[in-house]
Amino acid sequence: MQNHLKWVVAIALITALVAVGGMSCTSEEEEMETYKVGAVFSLTGPASHLGVPEGQTVKMIVDQINANGGINGHPLEVIIYDTETSAEKCATMVTRLIEQDNVLAIIGPTTSGNSLAIIDMVTAAEIPNISCAASTLIVQPVEERYWVFKTPQTDKQAVTEIYIYLEAQGITEIAIITDTSGFGAAGRDILIADAADYGITILDDQNFTSGDTSMQSQLTHIRGTNPEAIVCWATDKESAIVAVDMQTLQMDTPLFCSHGIANMGFITGAGDAANGVIFPAGKLLIVGNVPASDPQKEVLTQYKADFEALYGEGTVNTFGGHAWDALNFVIIALEEMEEGLDTAEARAFIRDEIEQIEGFVGISGVFTMSPADHLGMMPGSLAMIEIVDGEWTWLQ
Amino acid sequence: MSADQFVQYLISGLTQGSIYALVGLGFTIIYAVTRIINFAQGEFVMLGGMLSFTLAISAGLHLVPALLLSVLIATAMGAIMYLLAIRTAKRASAVSLIILTIGAAIFIRGIAGELWGVDFVRPPFFTGRESISFLGAYIHPQALWIIGTTIVVTILLHLFLSYTMVGKALKACAISPRAAGLVGIDAKAMALIAFAIAAALGAIGGVVMAPLTLTAYNVGVMLGLKGFVAASIGGFKNPLATVAGGIVLGIVESLAVGVDWGPFTSSYKDAIALVVLLLILILRSGRLAAEERES
Amino acid sequence: MLAKIKSKWTYLAIAALLVFLILVPFDWFLGQYKGLAIFIGISTMVTVGLCLLMGYTGQVSLGQAAFYGLGAYFSAVLSKTYDVNPWLAMLIAAIATGGFAYVIGYPIFRLRGNYLAMATLGLGLIMWILFRQLSQFTGGPDGMAGIPYLSIGSFVFDTSFKRYFLVWFFCLAILLISQNIVQSRTGRALRAIHGSEAAAESIGINVAQFKVKIFVLSAVYASLAGSLFVHHLRFVSPQPFDFLASVKLVVMAVIGGLASVWGAIFGAGTTRILSDELLLSFGEWDIAIYGLILMLVMIFTPEGLFVKLKDVFGRLRLRHSERGAES
Repeated sequence: MQNHLKWVVAIALITALVAVGGMSCTSEEEEMETYKVGAVFSLTGPASHLGVPEGQTVKMIVDQINANGGINGHPLEVIIYDTETSAEKCATMVTRLIEQDNVLAIIGPTTSGNSLAIIDMVTAAEIPNISCAASTLIVQPVEERYWVFKTPQTDKQAVTEIYIYLEAQGITEIAIITDTSGFGAAGRDILIADAADYGITILDDQNFTSGDTSMQSQLTHIRGTNPEAIVCWATDKESAIVAVDMQTLQMDTPLFCSHGIANMGFITGAGDAANGVIFPAGKLLIVGNVPASDPQKEVLTQYKADFEALYGEGTVNTFGGHAWDALNFVIIALEEMEEGLDTAEARAFIRDEIEQIEGFVGISGVFTMSPADHLGMMPGSLAMIEIVDGEWTWLQ
Repeated sequence: MSADQFVQYLISGLTQGSIYALVGLGFTIIYAVTRIINFAQGEFVMLGGMLSFTLAISAGLHLVPALLLSVLIATAMGAIMYLLAIRTAKRASAVSLIILTIGAAIFIRGIAGELWGVDFVRPPFFTGRESISFLGAYIHPQALWIIGTTIVVTILLHLFLSYTMVGKALKACAISPRAAGLVGIDAKAMALIAFAIAAALGAIGGVVMAPLTLTAYNVGVMLGLKGFVAASIGGFKNPLATVAGGIVLGIVESLAVGVDWGPFTSSYKDAIALVVLLLILILRSGRLAAEERES
Repeated sequence: MLAKIKSKWTYLAIAALLVFLILVPFDWFLGQYKGLAIFIGISTMVTVGLCLLMGYTGQVSLGQAAFYGLGAYFSAVLSKTYDVNPWLAMLIAAIATGGFAYVIGYPIFRLRGNYLAMATLGLGLIMWILFRQLSQFTGGPDGMAGIPYLSIGSFVFDTSFKRYFLVWFFCLAILLISQNIVQSRTGRALRAIHGSEAAAESIGINVAQFKVKIFVLSAVYASLAGSLFVHHLRFVSPQPFDFLASVKLVVMAVIGGLASVWGAIFGAGTTRILSDELLLSFGEWDIAIYGLILMLVMIFTPEGLFVKLKDVFGRLRLRHSERGAES
C-alpha cells in the first residue's frame, strides 16, 4: 500500500505552499504612504461589457491623479479584481481586498447580484463600498446599508422615465419583453409593479434568455395582442436582436429599451433597425446637445475627451461613468482625510465623508448623499434618448 | 393564435431549426465515425462566425473569399484539434474523451475571448436586410440563406457519404469500427477526416448564421447544446435524421411560445431542448446502452 | 519491518497535516488566506464525491453542481424564508438531495459513457434553469441575501476564523468516512465493478445498486458543501451552480485523481489557488488555462494528476528501498 507516500507528497506540497505563503506575507511591506482602494468589476463573464469600461475608467483616473502628484502627496493605487460576474468569485475577491490587501474602500461590483452578495461582508468588515450596479435593494433599506452606496441610476428611475414619457404620449397599452437575467428580471418586476401608477396596462409579458438567437416567436405572440408600444429590458446584444427581429417581422410598433443599450454595440448590432428606438440613459451619450447651463456639461465633455483619447473614438459609455463617480467619491473623502489614521479609522472616515457629499457633479448625475439616501441622485439626471440615423439625440 | 401567427411560428422555427441542424451535423459525423461526443463542436460554429467578421470587416476582404477562408481556417483547426488532442490520448476511455473535448472547448473559447474581446460582432449580411413576405409571414433574407445552406449541405453530405470512396469508408466506420478495420479502412485517418468535416460543417453554419444571430466568443455553449439535442433526436445516425431533429426542435420551441398554456412562459423555452434531451436519453436508454457496449 | 515504517509514516503525516490545518487561520501563519482555505474545504467536499463517482463507476457527471446547488438552496430557503433551524435545514437538504439522486439514479445509470454524461449535463442545466426561474422561492437570478449564520447554542459562526474550523471539520469527517468506505467491503465491491462490471455481476454484486449508492453519496456530500457555502456567504444565487461550475469540479476531480480520496484536497486546492491567486490578472486566459489543464491531464494522466504523481514517487521510493535492501 502506498498510502504514506501520498502523504509525503502532500506534506511536501503543503510545505512549499507555506514557503510561498510566508514569503508573500513578509514581502508585502505596506506602504503607509500609498492610498490603497479596492475595485471589483465584471471584467469577464456576461457583464463584461459593463465591467471592462469601468476598469478602464478607474485606470485612467488613477494615472491622472498620480501624474498630478497624488492625493495630498499620497500616491493612489486601485487594486482591480475580476469577479467573472460570479457572486462567489466576487465574495472571494472582496474578502481578499479586505483581509489581504487592506484597502480603505471598495468600488464596484458591476452587477446587482454581485453587489447584494457582498453587503453582509462589507458591513461586517466595516469598510465603505460604492457599488456600480442598478438595483434599488443595494441601498435600501438604508438602515441596513450603513456602509453601502451606489452610483448608477436605479432600474426604477429608468422605468419611471419611460412611463412618464409613455403617459405624456397617451400610450396606455404596452407589451414587455425581458431577459431572464438579473438585470432583465429586475426591470420586469418594476415594469409590472409600476404600470398602474401611469395608467398603463401590460397586455403581454414575454421572456428570453441571454444567448438566445431569435425572439421572433415571442414578438409574434406580442403582435397578436396589438400593443401601442413594446418595452424591452435586456442588455445590448439581445436588445439588438429584438430590434432586428421586429424589423424582419415588419412590426412598426414603437420600441423602448432599457439603459442597457447605452453603447455603440447596440447600434452596430441592430444596424438601421436601431433607428427610432427610445431609451433612458445618462447625459453622457448626448453630451453634445447638453446646454452649457447644465452643471454636468463640463464634466461630461472632459470625461468623454479623456476616455476616448485613451481608448478610441466612440468608446465612451455610461457604465464607465458609474465607476468614475464611485472612485471620485472616495477621492473626495481621501482629500479631506488627515494623516496617521489606521485602517479602521480611515474606512470609517471615508464612509462619513461620502455620506456628506452634496451637489457633486458626476457623470451619472448630480449627487447629494444623506443618511437616508445612499444613492443621492437628483432628478433630471437621466435623459430620454432616441436613435436617429445611427446617432443618439436628446428627446426633450 | 391566428393563421398568420401560426405560419410565422413555423417559419421562425424553421430558421432556428436549420441553425440547430447545421450545428448538429458536426456532432453526428464525429460521433458516427468515432463514437466521440465532441463538446467543442459549438466552438467551431463560433469560430466560423468570428473569423468571417474579422476577415470581412477588419481585414476588408470581399465577402466570398472571407467566408471561404473562415471555413478553411476552422477546418484546419478541427484537424489540428484531432491530431494534437484526441490522437495523442491513445486508447482513452469514453469518459476521458468527453473531458478532453470539454477542455478543448473551454480552451478555444478562452483564446477567442482574449483575441476578439468580449463584445459581440455582426458580420455583414449576404444579400441585404429587406424582409420578405411569405404566406402572411415574414422572413429575413439571411434566414433564407441559412435554410438554403442547410438543404445544400445536407444533400452534398448525403452524396459524399453514399457515392465517394472516402464517404463510404466513413459510413463503414459508422456501422462497425471493427468490421471497417477488417476490410482495411484506417480508423485513424477516418477519424481525422470526420473531425475536419465536422469543423467545416460547423464553420459553414457559423458563417451563414452570424449576421443574423450576432456572434461573440461565448455563443458556442448554447448553440452546441441545441445542436447536440438536434443530433440526438436524429439518433446520431445520418445527416437527414439530424436535420429533421433540428427542425423539429426549432419548430417545437417556436410553437411552444405561441401556445398559451398553464405555467409555461417563454422563459422556459430553452428548457424544452433539455427536457427533450432527457426524454430521448431515458426512452432510448436500452438501445443506447447496447450501442455503447458494442464499441 | 516495512509495515512498521509505513504506519509510522502515515501517523506522522496525518499529524502534520492536522497541525498544519489547525494553524492555517491564525494571522501570524496563513490567516490572510483563510477565506481561500474555506472555499478549498467546501470544494474538496464536493470533489471527493465526484472522485469516487467517476473513479468507481467509470462515468462522468457533468452536472454535479446541481446537487451542490440543491443543498445550497434548500438550506437558504428553509433557514431564511421559513425560519427553520439551520442545522435542521442542512439535514433536510442532504436528505432531499440524496433522495432526489436516488430517484434519478436508476434511470440515469441505465445509460453509459457519452449518454450518461449528456444526461448529467442536461440535469445540471435544468436545475440551474429552475434555480433562476422559480424566483418566488429562490430569489431568481439575483439570488437572495440575509441567510442566517450557523450557531451552536449561543456560539455563532460569525467570523471566517470560526467557519474555517467548521468547514474543515466537515471536510475531514467526509474524507475519513470516504476512506473507510473505500477500504471496506463496499470499497472492494466498487473496485470489482471498476475492474469489470460483467465479472462483478457474475459474483453476485448488484452493480446498478452500488452505482446508485455512490451517486447518492456524492450528492449528499455536495449538498452538505452547498449548505456550508450559503451559511458562509450568507447569500445564494444561481451563478455558482452553472455548467462551468460543474466543469471546474471535474477539473478538480481529475487533478486530484479519480477514485482517490485524499487526492481531492490536492485537486480542489490547486484549482482554487490557481483561479483565486495565481491567475487573477489574466482575464479570459484563465478559462483557456483550465481548458489546457484539462486536456493535458486527460491526455497524459487520465487516471488523475495526483494519482500519477503518487505512482511516480512510489516507483522512485521502491527503487530507493530496493537499493537499500541490496546494500
